[in-house]
Amino acid sequence: MEQQHYLMPLIMVLPLIAAALIRIIGDKNPNLREAVSIITAIIVFGLLIPLANMVMQGERPSFLIAEPFPGIPIELSLEPLGMMFALIAGFLWIITTVYAIGYMRGHHEKNQTRFYMFFAIAISVTLGVAFSGNLFTLFVFYEVLTLSTYPLVTHAGTDAARRAGRVYLGILLSTSICFLLLALIWTYYLAGTLEFTSGGILSGTASNMTLSVILLLFFFGVGKAAIMPFHRWLPAAMVAPTPVSALLHAVAVVKAGVFTLIKISVYIFGINTLIELPGREILLYVVAISILLASLTAMTKDNLKARLAYSTISQLGYVTLGAILATSAGIIGASMHIVMHAFAKITLFFAAGAILVAAHKSEISQLDGLGRKMPFTFAAYTIGALSIIGMPPFGGMWSKWYLALGTLQAGELFLLATLMISSLLNIAYLLPIPLRGFIRQPENQEPGLKEAPLNCLIAMTVTSVMCLVLFIYPDPWYMLASMIVD
Amino acid sequence: MISDNLPALQVVLPLIAAPLCLIIHRPKLVWLFALFICLISLGISIELLSAVINTGPISYEMGDWAPPWGIEYRVDKISGFVLLIVSMIGAVVMLYAGKSIEHEIAPHKQTLFYSAYLLCLTGLLGIVITGDAFNIFVFLEISSLSTYTLVSLGKDRRALTAAFQYLIMGTLGATFILIGIGLMYMMTGTLNILDLAQRIPEVLETRTIRAAFAFLTVGICLKLALFPLHLWLPNSYAYAPSSASAFLSATATKVAIYVLLRFVFTIFGVTFAFEIMPMGTVLMLMAIPAILIGSTVAIFQQNIKRMLAYSSVAQIGYMILGISFASVTGLTSGILHLFNHALMKGGLFLALGGIAYHMGAARIEHFKGLGQIMPWTMAAIVVGGLSLIGVPLTVGFISKWYLVLAALEQGYWPIAVVVLVGSLLAVIYMWKLVEAAYFNNVEPSEVVVKEAPLQLLIPTWLLIGASIYFGINTDLTIGVAQQAAEMLMGAGQ
Repeated sequence: MEQQHYLMPLIMVLPLIAAALIRIIGDKNPNLREAVSIITAIIVFGLLIPLANMVMQGERPSFLIAEPFPGIPIELSLEPLGMMFALIAGFLWIITTVYAIGYMRGHHEKNQTRFYMFFAIAISVTLGVAFSGNLFTLFVFYEVLTLSTYPLVTHAGTDAARRAGRVYLGILLSTSICFLLLALIWTYYLAGTLEFTSGGILSGTASNMTLSVILLLFFFGVGKAAIMPFHRWLPAAMVAPTPVSALLHAVAVVKAGVFTLIKISVYIFGINTLIELPGREILLYVVAISILLASLTAMTKDNLKARLAYSTISQLGYVTLGAILATSAGIIGASMHIVMHAFAKITLFFAAGAILVAAHKSEISQLDGLGRKMPFTFAAYTIGALSIIGMPPFGGMWSKWYLALGTLQAGELFLLATLMISSLLNIAYLLPIPLRGFIRQPENQEPGLKEAPLNCLIAMTVTSVMCLVLFIYPDPWYMLASMIVD
Repeated sequence: MISDNLPALQVVLPLIAAPLCLIIHRPKLVWLFALFICLISLGISIELLSAVINTGPISYEMGDWAPPWGIEYRVDKISGFVLLIVSMIGAVVMLYAGKSIEHEIAPHKQTLFYSAYLLCLTGLLGIVITGDAFNIFVFLEISSLSTYTLVSLGKDRRALTAAFQYLIMGTLGATFILIGIGLMYMMTGTLNILDLAQRIPEVLETRTIRAAFAFLTVGICLKLALFPLHLWLPNSYAYAPSSASAFLSATATKVAIYVLLRFVFTIFGVTFAFEIMPMGTVLMLMAIPAILIGSTVAIFQQNIKRMLAYSSVAQIGYMILGISFASVTGLTSGILHLFNHALMKGGLFLALGGIAYHMGAARIEHFKGLGQIMPWTMAAIVVGGLSLIGVPLTVGFISKWYLVLAALEQGYWPIAVVVLVGSLLAVIYMWKLVEAAYFNNVEPSEVVVKEAPLQLLIPTWLLIGASIYFGINTDLTIGVAQQAAEMLMGAGQ
């Protein structure tokens, strides 16, 4: 057994301690309660940095938690992709907490203690997903993440929230129990292990047909990646408070899904095995259709958060596509898209929430002229939107570049076309919002309308500046991503 | 001296204690006395199991009469494991019963409850520990008769008809078992299980032995409530006192499954039961509807104790399904689920008892707003429910994993899908409770209720906590279950 490395479990336990403290402090002292959240988030991110340095130097720290089945441990073990995911989740937790303070107070949400508590728990579990050392551990944290975010999705406690909660749990649990778990046990039965291994563990264990079935079970089983037709939970989850939509349903939860898919492609099947499977062809087309359909659906949505949700479904398709292209550029593009999309999409959600708090508007058709009153919010939104479209000088360009390169390497021109058409659709459904805000004349302007709370503005500024920084300085992410395919 | 006689004490102690309860008479004192006995029984079980693990099977000659003439008590891996389950649940539920019974049963009947409870414990432990086929029948009757009493003590008058229904069905089952044992005795002239196992192969080809096999199977399946022979179970569990429901659901059917394993694997052997006779197909054909229909019917129950009872029917289906594969992995999953299901279902019934303590019953409408009023009890129900569903880090997941693995090993992937669909049905019936408890605000006009008393909460959480602990640390459970499965599979070859 390798040496036990205690930094990872420590990083996971800290948010849990924070959750306990938050529960104890409660509503009596909101300032202290929120200070605990922020300070913990900063410490967690601070501790992630030395880990990142270790990973960059090629170390693979690991920690054994338990061994529920002989030969199948619950184990943490860090590799570059997990490091990327942990870093974004950790960094954006800080920003989202800053934002949440402004939002939750500005919006007078109830049960804020419960909100911060489950938020911290969800982050701990997300880090667990990122640190997972084998597929079994990943599955365990994946399931716990579904359950621990359920109270956040249904935070409002209304009938609408209850219905959304049913869709959320219904789809995520049924796909993961019926497909993912079956594929997991099947993989274990064939390969006798669930360790993440470079080159995969499944090659040569069964016929290509059987492996194709397992591949499809895996990809549809990871409901969090929101491949159509199992995407309905994501728009449903938008009933949650905006910080939840922003961090969990644009970053942590959905990225946990596509992260799992990349891990499965690279470390369970292995690129060389994957490329020979007939099931992969089917998946490629399903994902391409999913990308386009989600973009088209987004255009029909007038509710801003719903439009963003469908946009996320489409963007998750990019990552999934990269994962099954089974080319090195595809994997690099997919991993970098996790990062780039995270910063851009969280900016958009922050802006949507800010508009809701300041102007009480949730529909796009109501936004006419609002940009003049809320210039910072709309500017941040524009930057996020441009980054998602893939325009320079914003980070989103790089990941699209590598994904496009990946489709060429694989010789799939149809998919290249899909990516390009989808980018055009992105323009068509994302940019009308700032256009309405800045150019159109307001119909009947309510007096006393002003910018969003300061906390919200700070958060948006940081994430939109990051979109720019990621364009100029994508090197560390590129380095980590290229370590995956080495 | 004492340590040599532990196998006898395991049974004799509660047997003697039961009538003593009537002499002590004062309910509070009786409870303390019964609890003391249960704890000693638990100690003996632990001691026996660890002795078996360390030094191998223990054979004890009752009254120094050498087997096969005298009665032999025999503890091996599987019987030691089941003894531990029974006495552990017995002790935890007894801890709970003190407060709960005081509230649920009229004072003059309370002593009777403890007395019947100890007799039931005696019977169940006896079935497991004895190495004598006829003795199994005797203890089965002791446990059954005392179970009818326990059920009929429920405060709902429907408990009486439930007990009567159980009496009829139970007696039928016991009679079938007796006929089976009688036929075997006719052909072999022996009743000792090991002796039977040696002599049966000589006469295996006769119609009498096949008839015995059929009688035994049907009789035992009645006792273990295998679909469609489960009709007695839902009402008995629903209307019995809370403590009795918890104790019976966690132990009685488990012991019946143990008896099935003993007769089928140890006496008749795998080859006879699964290759010459179509045991595997028959069990599988009953287990699959048990899982699907049991879970579906559970969804529509308004009385939550009944809901859990139907869920038990489905869970028994899982155990039988595992056994029907007649493979080491399948048996391991079945034996594991004996233990795991005892923990979670016992814990859930205890939690329901906590709700009934204040509400008078546990129907779905009583759950409104309970998330706020009884946070600990509800948390126990949520965790227990997750375990029933089979979420990772709970015991339910461990047994489900082995069951699916066993199905895939046989190449029966549609059956693996059935198992997983069963989990989804469990999500539906458990989530009904969660939504009722957490999405309704408390109406102020309601009777003032509060969290269940600690005396109820602690035993509940002991079992629920154990269902998490054994979902993470499985050295004991998987280790023993696997060895027991290997032993049973090897026995007939």
